Amino acid sequence: MGNAVLPDIQIVRHWLSQVPDPEIPVISLTDLGIIRGVEWQGDTLVVTVTPTYSGCPATSVINMDIEAALRAKGIEKLRLERQLSPPWTTDWITPEGREKLRVYGIAPPVDGTAADGRLAGRVARLAGTSNLTIACPRCGSTKTEKISQFGSTPCKASYRCTDCLEPFDYFKCI
Amino acid sequence: MPSLTDVMTADADLARAPGIRSMAAMGAAPADAFVDWLCRMGDNCLVLGHRVSEWCGHSPVLEEDIALANTALDLIGQTQLWLGLAGEVEGKGRTADNLAYRRDVAQFRNVLLVERPNGDFGQTLMRQFLFDAWAMEMLRALQASSDKRVAEIAAKAAKEVAYHLERSADLVIRLGDGTEESRARMQKALNVLWPYAGELFMADAVDEAVVAAGIAPDPASLKAAWDRTVSEVLAEATLVLPEGTFQHKGGKQGRHTEALGFILADMQFLQRAYPGGTW
Repeated sequence: MGNAVLPDIQIVRHWLSQVPDPEIPVISLTDLGIIRGVEWQGDTLVVTVTPTYSGCPATSVINMDIEAALRAKGIEKLRLERQLSPPWTTDWITPEGREKLRVYGIAPPVDGTAADGRLAGRVARLAGTSNLTIACPRCGSTKTEKISQFGSTPCKASYRCTDCLEPFDYFKCI
Repeated sequence: MPSLTDVMTADADLARAPGIRSMAAMGAAPADAFVDWLCRMGDNCLVLGHRVSEWCGHSPVLEEDIALANTALDLIGQTQLWLGLAGEVEGKGRTADNLAYRRDVAQFRNVLLVERPNGDFGQTLMRQFLFDAWAMEMLRALQASSDKRVAEIAAKAAKEVAYHLERSADLVIRLGDGTEESRARMQKALNVLWPYAGELFMADAVDEAVVAAGIAPDPASLKAAWDRTVSEVLAEATLVLPEGTFQHKGGKQGRHTEALGFILADMQFLQRAYPGGTW
């Protein structure tokens, strides 16, 4: 390995930006904001990844996809590290990633609206309501309603557009 | 507080002294209490996660089926973090899977509430709400833990539990303040489960040891905030708090109801029949 030229970190990041999320393949791992670090430690490439949700079944697939993609580019010494803190937030989804979600039919997260579990004082307003205005990713109407707090994956909620009547996923803020 | 023979009996001073190895005759060293406490956190998530997953394909409506499965998934994910850390602190090479699949009933440390049978949809939601309201306070407090790993897991899990709590509270209100039938079922669920909530706030020597080490809060210190959330939600749901004060206990020390044996028979079957099996 002594004389081998190690690829520049920016190039490695570019490679990772081409690895799709296994469950929402229109966005990449870098769009999702889960790659927390890429660095050379000696001649070993260390990629630090943070999980979206602690039980997300895609996590192990993501690790395999990262390894496969980097091996295909000729990286021999590779280590993947898990980083829990700071916990992943949808604020880290890039603007490009949000637009790709919307075009794909998933309403992107509305920043600053994560559930905080503080119910005191707003219990009366809790039942069956949503204080969010989520635009329908198909027709753009803001006349939408929440069907369920959880959608096809833990990271999404189910919504329905009352104008075009299409159901859709909302990538909820966390 | 007197403790049981199958639990570490940590004398408070001994528990604080660093570097003391565990010996049955001496009582518990902090590391043992820490591992036991981590198993309590992990087993609560594991057993409740398994219970909730039993609904998969059986829920009253599709959206709720998905919501229940997603809640179970979060809980199993949190289990991996807590039991993974338990194995790491224990230092005997046991993984989260080892702890989940290779311990028997008496080694499980979950509270009795989470092993209660699912009952009807109302009972499942009421159990979830009582638990979520506790978990939210616990995870908030743990973010100030003296153990960085505990604080990190708590920060991660708190984000997920906030959504669990908002959903379970929302549905308890809608069903409680619903039809005559749904209200009657929610009141019954509350009456049945209420005597199992108190265990969440009872401390023993294990708790005293982790409290002394700054790892976790005193369980009783979470009670006021829990009471506030629960009473506010139940009032909005037009439900009446049961009057009895009797509280079941023992799960945290490994004395379980017969329900847990059935859960483990199901959950652990494969690893019992084919030890070490993988795919």
